[in-house]
Amino acid sequence: MKESAFKSVKDLPATHVLGSGTPACAGCGALEGIKIFCDILGDKTVFVNAAGCMTLLTVYPFTPFRGSWIYTAMASAPAGAQGVRDALDLLIRKGRLKPKDDLKVVVLTGDGSAYGMGLSSTSAAIYRELDFIYICYDNEGYGNTGYQFSAATPHAARTATSKGVGGYWGYKKDLFSIWAAHRPTYVATVVGTEPLDMARKIEKAKDLKGSKLFIVLSPCPTGWRFEPAETIEVGKLAVKTGAWPLKEYINGKVVHTKIPLPRGKRPLVEEYLKRQGRFAHLFSPTRNEEVLEEIQARVDAYWEGVV
Amino acid sequence: MIRKLLTGNGAAAWGARLAKIDYVPAFPITPQTEIIETIAHWIDKGQMDCRMITMDSEHSMITAAGAAAATGVRVFTATSSQGFLYGMEMIYTVAGWRAPFVLVNVSRGLSAPITLEPDHNDVLAARDSGFLQIHCATCQEVLDSVLFAYRLGEDERVRLPVIVNLDGFYLSFTREPVEIPDDKKVDRFLPPYDPEETHFRAGDPISQGVVVLGGSQYSYFRYETHLASLNALVVFEEVSIEFKELFGRSYQPVEAYRTEDAEIIFFMMGSFATKAKDAVDCLRSVGRKVGLLRPRLFRPFPVKAIIRVLEGKKGVAVIDQNLSMGKGGVLHAELCSALYGVADSPPILVSFIGGLGGRDIIREEFYEMAAVTMKAIERGETPPPRLLYTTEEMMRMKGLQSIARVEQLKREEKR
Repeated sequence: MKESAFKSVKDLPATHVLGSGTPACAGCGALEGIKIFCDILGDKTVFVNAAGCMTLLTVYPFTPFRGSWIYTAMASAPAGAQGVRDALDLLIRKGRLKPKDDLKVVVLTGDGSAYGMGLSSTSAAIYRELDFIYICYDNEGYGNTGYQFSAATPHAARTATSKGVGGYWGYKKDLFSIWAAHRPTYVATVVGTEPLDMARKIEKAKDLKGSKLFIVLSPCPTGWRFEPAETIEVGKLAVKTGAWPLKEYINGKVVHTKIPLPRGKRPLVEEYLKRQGRFAHLFSPTRNEEVLEEIQARVDAYWEGVV
Repeated sequence: MIRKLLTGNGAAAWGARLAKIDYVPAFPITPQTEIIETIAHWIDKGQMDCRMITMDSEHSMITAAGAAAATGVRVFTATSSQGFLYGMEMIYTVAGWRAPFVLVNVSRGLSAPITLEPDHNDVLAARDSGFLQIHCATCQEVLDSVLFAYRLGEDERVRLPVIVNLDGFYLSFTREPVEIPDDKKVDRFLPPYDPEETHFRAGDPISQGVVVLGGSQYSYFRYETHLASLNALVVFEEVSIEFKELFGRSYQPVEAYRTEDAEIIFFMMGSFATKAKDAVDCLRSVGRKVGLLRPRLFRPFPVKAIIRVLEGKKGVAVIDQNLSMGKGGVLHAELCSALYGVADSPPILVSFIGGLGGRDIIREEFYEMAAVTMKAIERGETPPPRLLYTTEEMMRMKGLQSIARVEQLKREEKR
């Protein structure tokens, strides 16, 4: 593997490909992530979008993207990517498109699509070894509709459809493993608040042939309920506490790219949870020790399995 | 030109082959599957320079079809019934992309109860989608319509995807002699697809299917699509002339059979209309002035062509091979709205529902429909809608119900 062009944060592009002034919420963690993708991928792209918050980035007649865009539907963005990729390949093969005018095909969906409705078309695209990049901006709930829980919502989070004392009854689906089980070219978890880790991963994957898939943890001020100014801190805490493991799957192996401090030395997950209104019921009026311990134990168990 | 015995499905595949399609997203479903099998076979033998890809569902299939068309290649796909409906979200969506391609639907009744045999409720569910619809009655027409469909859809005044519809089993699996047009002539009729501004390529970015804010913009784009669909009526006439010059076969938006001096007209779509033709001949032989009018083009609805034929007629028997629950026949409602307020339009439009789920319509039933319509004309009173269903059928149905009942009683006894 050739050496990364990004040795430190200073090496990251200073000017951005993605335009500003989008309708995204202030402090949107997803937009942070997408910005980095655009910086590294450049403008020779076509984004194939599924219904979600980011659908609202292109509102007629405006778009922040320098490349092309097609909105499909909630379930079938990877199928749209298949159609575009195949058509580009056919046009090049038949001499109707110059190879230099080729585009990278990038699927952009939220977790609502990626973890649920879009799983069939994603599975099929990976299985067919579709040459594309998949960005799932994961804000752990159906954000665009007012933040109801999705299959990506973490245990105990309060959402618009889990307002009870216990919050969300379920546990976040392990999409990384589901994707990796298809043995694609590349899978990674990233977060916009760790731009160096993210840039290196995109850089590594972008020119590989096949399916390259990313889950971008996307701190969501409106859904997770924190101040927009705190997005960076919340994202960093997700990594530091071990709640959001940064890893990649390549050549049949899973490698963790940023390992948090060992147990006892790393901050407790509750430091991350405390910053978010969706977990406030775990701390007040009384601390819900049982649930907090359970969440901590799960994170600890995960890292014990890694190190 | 070769003359060959082809099934309706085979004819559809031949149409795709002659159209030199680039891309076929596919998904198997009865009774369509023979089409994609045939194309796959030709690709394997190197007889088509085309990529076929099996998707995970019709929803994905139609997405890929639209996306590839929006990228600038000539696309063909085929489905049927449940699959057609599974992809319905995308049928509406891709029409809005204004990227033309051809989808062959092999009509089959919808679940529940589930069946394999044809009626038109599947394709009519896409009535308001923006797809043009051509309905075929013969295998020759299927092949020709696929070529026609590309010309219509790809025309710069239209730019819409097109459904070519044929009836499952009755046409899909029936062999008829079909003239396979000469390759070179087809190339003259249908030159390579020019996607114009519809493409994705570096340095020339385009945003497709974007959000609009508010009803004003939405109305603009929706109505624009409606006008584009109406343009297909004009384009159809032009294409029809060219087609006749090259291939000798004439196609109009409606097929009028022995209508000129007719007093009563059968009005229906699809392959069952060939049964009506036979009935017309028989009725004519005993002096009844009966004709058949079959809309070939269903979207856009060829109102003027229909009025031209029906003006001055005494009555119409509308035979709907579909059922809009709580309303009745779709075609009947369409025809009523087309004729209402038109001077000299037939005063009597009798509604018949028949051929649901492939239930046959026999000659005697056409006689009966003609008689009912004639009586209605004499009385000046339109009878209520009627389902074509015989006493004998009802007896058989009761027989089956009594078996079901006996089985139920046995179970109850055991308990």
